[in-house]
Amino acid sequence: MSVAEERMSGTEKGAGKGMSPVSAEDFVPVPEGERDTDVIVRPSVSYWRDALRRITHDKVAMVSLGFIAVIVLLAVFAPVFGRYNYETNNLMATNVKPCGEHWFGTDTLGRDLWARVWVGARVSLVVGLFGAIVPQVIGIVVGGIAGYFGGWVDMVIMRIIDVGVCIPELIYITLIMLYLGSGPLPLVLAMAMVGWMGSARMIRGRIMQFKSREFVLASKTLGGSPFHLIFRSIFPNILGQQVVSLTAAIPGAIFMEAYLSFIGLGIQSPLTSWGQLSQVGASNYRLHPYQLFIPGILISLTILALYLFGNSLRDALDPHLRD
Amino acid sequence: MRKYIVRRLIISVITVWLIATSCFFLLRTLPGNPFQTTSLLSAEMVDRMMHYYGLDRPLWDQYVTYMQNLLRGNFGYSLKYAGQSVNGIIASTFPISAQLGLQAYFLSIPLGFLFGIVAARCRGKAVDYGLVGFSVLGVSVPVFILAAMLQYVFAIRLKWLPVAQWKSFQHTILPTVTLAFSSIAGRTRSMRTFMLEIVNEDYIKTAKAKGLSKYRVVWSHQIRNAVIPMIPTMGMEIVGMLMGSFVVEQIFAIPGIGNQFVTSIQNLDYTMTLGLTVFFGVFVVAANFIVDIVYGIVDPRIRVR
Repeated sequence: MSVAEERMSGTEKGAGKGMSPVSAEDFVPVPEGERDTDVIVRPSVSYWRDALRRITHDKVAMVSLGFIAVIVLLAVFAPVFGRYNYETNNLMATNVKPCGEHWFGTDTLGRDLWARVWVGARVSLVVGLFGAIVPQVIGIVVGGIAGYFGGWVDMVIMRIIDVGVCIPELIYITLIMLYLGSGPLPLVLAMAMVGWMGSARMIRGRIMQFKSREFVLASKTLGGSPFHLIFRSIFPNILGQQVVSLTAAIPGAIFMEAYLSFIGLGIQSPLTSWGQLSQVGASNYRLHPYQLFIPGILISLTILALYLFGNSLRDALDPHLRD
Repeated sequence: MRKYIVRRLIISVITVWLIATSCFFLLRTLPGNPFQTTSLLSAEMVDRMMHYYGLDRPLWDQYVTYMQNLLRGNFGYSLKYAGQSVNGIIASTFPISAQLGLQAYFLSIPLGFLFGIVAARCRGKAVDYGLVGFSVLGVSVPVFILAAMLQYVFAIRLKWLPVAQWKSFQHTILPTVTLAFSSIAGRTRSMRTFMLEIVNEDYIKTAKAKGLSKYRVVWSHQIRNAVIPMIPTMGMEIVGMLMGSFVVEQIFAIPGIGNQFVTSIQNLDYTMTLGLTVFFGVFVVAANFIVDIVYGIVDPRIRVR
């Protein structure tokens, strides 16, 4: 807190230095009739409107958002309007280098990589989005309960989480894959099973910070139910931070999908994803580097854009954290 | 302080026991059995194998036996590699992963701190932008892409270093750099942030006001205080690195423990997976224990809790 105050006072001083000197003539007395001090002259700017204004003025954020929008549009429309189907193979044209006919070339089975890359983008982005949202939602519910009720409920939940995080992720993931098979849905479930613990911990901490604040106590005194207290009194206060964690979690989930598909536990051929394309590409990139580097560069750039956008969003939503 | 240590120790032991127990039962809920994959075996053979390894006994009975062995430090025998004990496999693969991890760790610590300090000292200059750019890049490139690119440039194109395998020091350079890369990037970023966060603190102003040299202010006040919030993550990070990275080990064909772990899950080699998990678990719990104790010494407020 003191750091933030320090910084804020610092910026005020800085702003003062840049202004032209003010002389006494600049000030005119307000006429007697207009001295109505109770009227708020400027429209009040809400938290969300302020955040929106900040983010739209942030060049890095807007460029990243533009890039993400292009990727999403291509993922939605490129497979629809492409000349080739992502799973049809043409054994006469295997391992074709990128050219006018096949923009990203073809793979070892002669499948068009332009089509495969964008179908893969669909899978990667959807898994990334839901792989970030689902664990957060579970985490909010469980962490909210633990943080709000405290006592033995909190104790039991936190001990379960302490043990849970020590079990390697791959065990949960293998478990789910063996029961439900491979595909986007089991992947999201696996990520939920692994990810809820971390976000529950985080939410619990935040809820506990707010639990004893005056406005919550007031609401409690007025007879608010636990549900009301958690979701109407406390939650709006941590929503900004939650949006920030969510944007930070999306690139993490895309990474996770790529990693799991890379070790053969995620998406499997003929369906594809950026991770699966990289896995196939990595096995013969010495002969055909483009088969690895095209999906690889796309993953990296997308994660970069999401990461930069997330940073700007954090700056816009959480004034204390600006650097 | 002693009471605090004893309490932490008891919690740690219980945690290890819970990890072993929950993992034991979780693994047994997996469908299939370790001998089905070899279709050459007749049903009768599979039964005899199950009997030989005691897998036909009641689950509870197996659990008690396993726990008794575990208390003596015996992880049992691999179900896949006939006659090899899990302890033996750990003993042969862990040193390789540990060497790789330690090399990466001790590469990443000085470089990460150095880059972070330099970036913070040169805030807003070209060096700062360069280092921030590097740190952003480091967290957004997946490790397998980085590994492949390094291999492609330094081993295949330039032919300076061997492509893969684990034989001499030259062989360890590329995997070490790959493993250290994201950690250097992350450390650069957090060090820079923490350095800048405290640059306006009162004690820095006091130090400057006392007339200390720039070097003394930065070295004895700013850097020391910036390092404190990084201690807990450093403990966990060394555990993660020691345990090996499956991706790095696979791409560079390194016979390490990470590789072994993934194969054991795919093979349904129960004892192997369980043994490695408990081994990982002990490391994680021990690291947490040490971090808690160090924090208790550094910050007395934590002990009272």
